[in-house]
Amino acid sequence: MTIQGWILILAFVGILLALTKPTGKWLFALYEGRKTPLHNVLGPVERGFYKLSGIDPAAEQGWRRYALHMLLFNAVLMAFTYAILRLQGVLPGNPQGLAGLSPHLAFNTAVSFTTNTNWQSYGGESTMSNLSQMLGLTIHNFLSAATGIALAFALFRGFARREAKTVGNFWADCTRITLYLLLPLCMLYALFLIASGVPQTLAATVDVTTLEGVKQTLAIGPVASQEAIKMLGTNGGGFFNANSAHPFENPTALSNLVQMLSIFVIGFGLTWTFGKAVGNTRQGWAILSAMIILFLAGVAVTYWQEAAGNPVLHHLGVAGGNMEGKEVRFGVAASSLFAVITTAASCGAVNAMHDSFTALGGMIPLFNIQLGEVVIGGVGAGIYGFLLFAILAVFVAGLMVGRTPEYVGKKIEAKEVKLAVLAIAVLPLIILGFTAISAVVTPGLAGPLNKGPHGFSEILYTFTSAVGNNGSAFAGLTANTPYYNGMLGVAMWIGRFFIIVPMLAIAGSLAAKKYVPESAGSFPTTGGLWVGLLVGIVLILGGLTFLPSLALGPIADHLAMIRGQLS
Amino acid sequence: MGKDFTTALRPAIVMTILFALLLGIVYPLAMTGIGQALFPRAANGSLVEASGKVIGSTVVGQAFTSERYFQTRPSAAGKGYDGLSSSGSNLGPASQALFDRVKPDVAKRRAEGVTGAMPADLVTASASGLDPDLSPASARAQVARVAQVRKMSPAVVARLVEDQVAHPLLGVIGEDRVNVLALNRALDRVGGAR
Repeated sequence: MTIQGWILILAFVGILLALTKPTGKWLFALYEGRKTPLHNVLGPVERGFYKLSGIDPAAEQGWRRYALHMLLFNAVLMAFTYAILRLQGVLPGNPQGLAGLSPHLAFNTAVSFTTNTNWQSYGGESTMSNLSQMLGLTIHNFLSAATGIALAFALFRGFARREAKTVGNFWADCTRITLYLLLPLCMLYALFLIASGVPQTLAATVDVTTLEGVKQTLAIGPVASQEAIKMLGTNGGGFFNANSAHPFENPTALSNLVQMLSIFVIGFGLTWTFGKAVGNTRQGWAILSAMIILFLAGVAVTYWQEAAGNPVLHHLGVAGGNMEGKEVRFGVAASSLFAVITTAASCGAVNAMHDSFTALGGMIPLFNIQLGEVVIGGVGAGIYGFLLFAILAVFVAGLMVGRTPEYVGKKIEAKEVKLAVLAIAVLPLIILGFTAISAVVTPGLAGPLNKGPHGFSEILYTFTSAVGNNGSAFAGLTANTPYYNGMLGVAMWIGRFFIIVPMLAIAGSLAAKKYVPESAGSFPTTGGLWVGLLVGIVLILGGLTFLPSLALGPIADHLAMIRGQLS
Repeated sequence: MGKDFTTALRPAIVMTILFALLLGIVYPLAMTGIGQALFPRAANGSLVEASGKVIGSTVVGQAFTSERYFQTRPSAAGKGYDGLSSSGSNLGPASQALFDRVKPDVAKRRAEGVTGAMPADLVTASASGLDPDLSPASARAQVARVAQVRKMSPAVVARLVEDQVAHPLLGVIGEDRVNVLALNRALDRVGGAR
């Protein structure tokens, strides 16, 4: 590890802390449905959308209706993308003449992008036409992100409203977030990326004759427009197979820093928005503190291990940190940082290959996703996931002191705790269940590239990533098979919507409750004790559930690595 | 709930179409227009031309395997630096296949006269398989060979390398690095035996 590396890491957190309040304020305006300066320009578009689709944005919805509209919208979007991908061969915008996708790959990809996972069973440059990237994939990058933030708004309203029957209007939330936050930011961001060297063209390839006289064909396309929302919306599905490691997606160290910041910026802002919504911004800062503690602990482990390097290669006389699967322009520090960010959030973009990380360096990204991606987390999904843990934390605190737990002015009762446990239990159940099945059946065992414990890690990481809606991979695993495409499609769907529905039910239940003013008997949910409790609950739930699987995978792999037992 | 379902269906379908037009067509086309107008070179792949031929891109790596050039890192993109199938090796840290790949590469560099610590990036595959850069140490490790093959003074070749070293922005953003295409073009300009 170098001082330079740590300065980068701390500067990264510092910049985000400075952006938290401005971002949170902008989000709060959208949460409240207030006018922003952008309404002057895009207001007519918003009203036009409502008019054409017959929506009254002021009509409030109860949690069931909110959920129904959200689910139907996502189902239609998914069908739309499935159709685009299947018909790719006969649609325009396909200069390479690529064929339509197989049914299982189209299913996997459509689910993947609808659920904000952006798992890539395909290699972008060799599978997707420009039209598929734009029309089939980019729209999901916007709308799955907008859906996530809208759902977080619904939960915030559950905490903030008193004796109310409704949690907002899904269409108004989704449209406003897209038009007044994601789209304008992405336009600026895409311009920055183009200036940095990210292509933005309707051509698909360009031929060059190298200095050595060999023909090299480079895939290009409308990359920057997709790249911007891929990062800002914590989607992570790359235009190219190598994702943000590809020089055309992420050409410079500066573009890399901006990409890392853009993964987290909305997640940071939403903690402030939450605090503001419940009337005490310190509530938001407390949550953010717990997240940052977990985040920096993860960065420290991964950076330490990657900088220490691979003893197997040291034995051959190779010096320094682990550079297998890393780019020179990013180096060990920015690659380690990126890996922890992308898995703490549910982004899944990668600028280095996690599969080739040292055993423990690669375990942290895996563990981050297993914690439920609540360390900052995906846009919207991170904060609503974390609030589920907060509900459990006040419940545990309540058990310890023997009082009915309260959180931000709402009594937390059996119903909320049951729903929170239901949502949180889905994650380990599907991850461990599907991993176990795949580790014994023949089509599952055909997947891993690496042998031994690392091969098991590949399977475990794959299902963890799918259920967690992350999308990063231990990419050695060959996932483009009917078995994996199917299993992962199901895993991604469950991982997204089986958390969302109980979460919305909690929102509805909380909204209906009376406000309970804070009293001397209330457990304070702003101080250091609370932050410590939150960190503990997240780690204990994640740790106890997944530790055995980690022992079989990365920890066994680590022991093999340091003892030089190759497999 | 049945009536709810039908009333939700219309906005679901209409909004899908409207957003598809806005986000899937208008937004990327608008960015293409603006990008092509403001940054035509970058928007088309930062291509480098020499005597009327496109010889590469400043941002994407290309294979250099000849002894007379500074060689690029091992690549797992197709058969090496394949611009249509970017990829890392995805080999794990305790992988026999990784060991078996790195060992002969190290031996080859040793045979070229590289002593001491072997720079890690010189014998490891990058994440994209299209890494345009080398660490300065990896470039320096090849100075002796390049100078010998080209019958040039090692000091002149070493000077070329140092001229091409790029430093981190503000001292912390990025790493010291050398763009291999730029370095080899500079080398060709100076010349040396063919």
